[in-house]
Amino acid sequence: MSRILIIAEHDGETLNPSTAKCVTCAAGLGNAEIDVVVFAADGKALCEQAAALKGVVRVLRADRPENKQPLAAVLAPQVAALAADYTHVLGPSSTFGKDLMPRVAALLQTNQVSDIMQVLGSHEFRRPIYAGNAILTVKVADDSKVVATVRIASFQAAEGGGAAAVESVSPDCDIPTHSRYVRLETQASDRPDLQTAARVVSGGRALGSAEKFKLIYDFADSIGASVGASRAAVDAGYVPNDMQVGQTGKIIAPDLYFAFGISGAIQHLTGIKDAGTIVAVNKDAEAPIFEVADIGLVGDLFEVIPELQKKLAS
Amino acid sequence: MEKILVGIKRVIDYNVRVRVKPDGSGVVTDGVKMSINPFDEIALEEALRIRERGEASEIIVVSIGSDAAQQQLRTALAMGADRAILVKEDDAMSPLSLARTFMRLIEKESPELIIMGKQAIDDDNGQTGQMLAALWGRPQATSASKLELGQGKATVTREVDAGLEIIEVDLPAVITVDLRLNEPRYVKLPDIMKAKRKPLDITSLEELGVTRSGGITPVSIAAPQERSKGVMVEDVDGLVQALKSKGMF
Repeated sequence: MSRILIIAEHDGETLNPSTAKCVTCAAGLGNAEIDVVVFAADGKALCEQAAALKGVVRVLRADRPENKQPLAAVLAPQVAALAADYTHVLGPSSTFGKDLMPRVAALLQTNQVSDIMQVLGSHEFRRPIYAGNAILTVKVADDSKVVATVRIASFQAAEGGGAAAVESVSPDCDIPTHSRYVRLETQASDRPDLQTAARVVSGGRALGSAEKFKLIYDFADSIGASVGASRAAVDAGYVPNDMQVGQTGKIIAPDLYFAFGISGAIQHLTGIKDAGTIVAVNKDAEAPIFEVADIGLVGDLFEVIPELQKKLAS
Repeated sequence: MEKILVGIKRVIDYNVRVRVKPDGSGVVTDGVKMSINPFDEIALEEALRIRERGEASEIIVVSIGSDAAQQQLRTALAMGADRAILVKEDDAMSPLSLARTFMRLIEKESPELIIMGKQAIDDDNGQTGQMLAALWGRPQATSASKLELGQGKATVTREVDAGLEIIEVDLPAVITVDLRLNEPRYVKLPDIMKAKRKPLDITSLEELGVTRSGGITPVSIAAPQERSKGVMVEDVDGLVQALKSKGMF
């Protein structure tokens, strides 16, 4: 039997949907007992959210002041101390998990499986390499602990309605003081979260300026979508970096994806290949984005978007 | 500070369209252009700028790989690194083995800062820096987009999903870098000539006393599933109709 520990990701108040996706990945291991650990300063509400995830047996509440912010150097020794009781330790392949999990693996003197996209068995997984241009199957030695990150675009979120037990834990380890959290700079937004939105509208360099990106925001708001951008648009300064979609930005899997004025560099395509329906609008009929688009339209986005917005609203 | 150590990996150039071998044993590398991992190039550029500001005196570039990686180390020397170390090893190395190797070099060289790419664009593991920081018992700052050095500490801006996270770490520390940290310089011809005279030492895992770590075995490599070809529509009406026929609106 597999005993699995999932490291919950959260912002102090709300559990990130990546945690529910890790639960689905863990359930796929078969014959699995799934625990979730919440590191926070006061994790009461967060633990209740984790306990509601179907498939979770136990939620470990690891409260301490140092856990207020997610510093890998602070969390890793605590995870490593808890790991003794588990066959698998999973975290999301978000910037949070990518920072933390390799540090955990090294403390346990084991290697890590990065970006699990498919579970083939308790110790066998598929993962993307070369920016998703190849898929590698790996086998972890049977007697080895599995430490891994889970590619969140590849798994559905576990449902709610569960009622796991919550228990407090205080892992026995030294907490380093050499790393200090200063602050998070974030853009407040009422739009759905880019990584979990059902609809995403992205703009590329063809928008031409930060001001003209308003066209993208307006259209996205009219259909209840989140907003993304190509790396070219981010590098040109039209939008902040956290909106970048692609291998070096966010990897997403919305039901519907609009790419306006995005040529479709490989690194961008890697970030959207799990999307349900991809719609591309580009002036250049030869743009690579049309090779992956389900619906393509050669045209000027400055004319297409207002007309599309009007016709979808009517 | 005295020394900065920079990790350099030889990888298939990022402009090459990678193809999987039909027998699933790997990807095609014959006759393919090889380069410094782009993230590592950014790491080196940052180290060079720190030295040029007078905040460091020596930049050591390290590569762990086959003899052919000398080529990338020479490029790094031409960019401005002071000396190079090749840990010669023909077999693929796990990130933990790489971290252990870096650890041995840290014991020999006592650098105050290790900078490397946040991931290599071939295996996309993204583990070595964090593992090294763990083994060393020192801070890590991953996916850095801004790095400021102070007295015995560094303030690092990290690219995270929610935006930009700023953390402060004591030195020595391991920094892994993201794309927007800087734009690496181009190498000039006279620098390539000069780089030939810079020291490049070759050592091995045995010489350094590194214990390899396995535990994860590659089984096979396959090409990803292609998306099926979609439809092209003539105008916005066609687009609206196509969306509605898919039940999207």
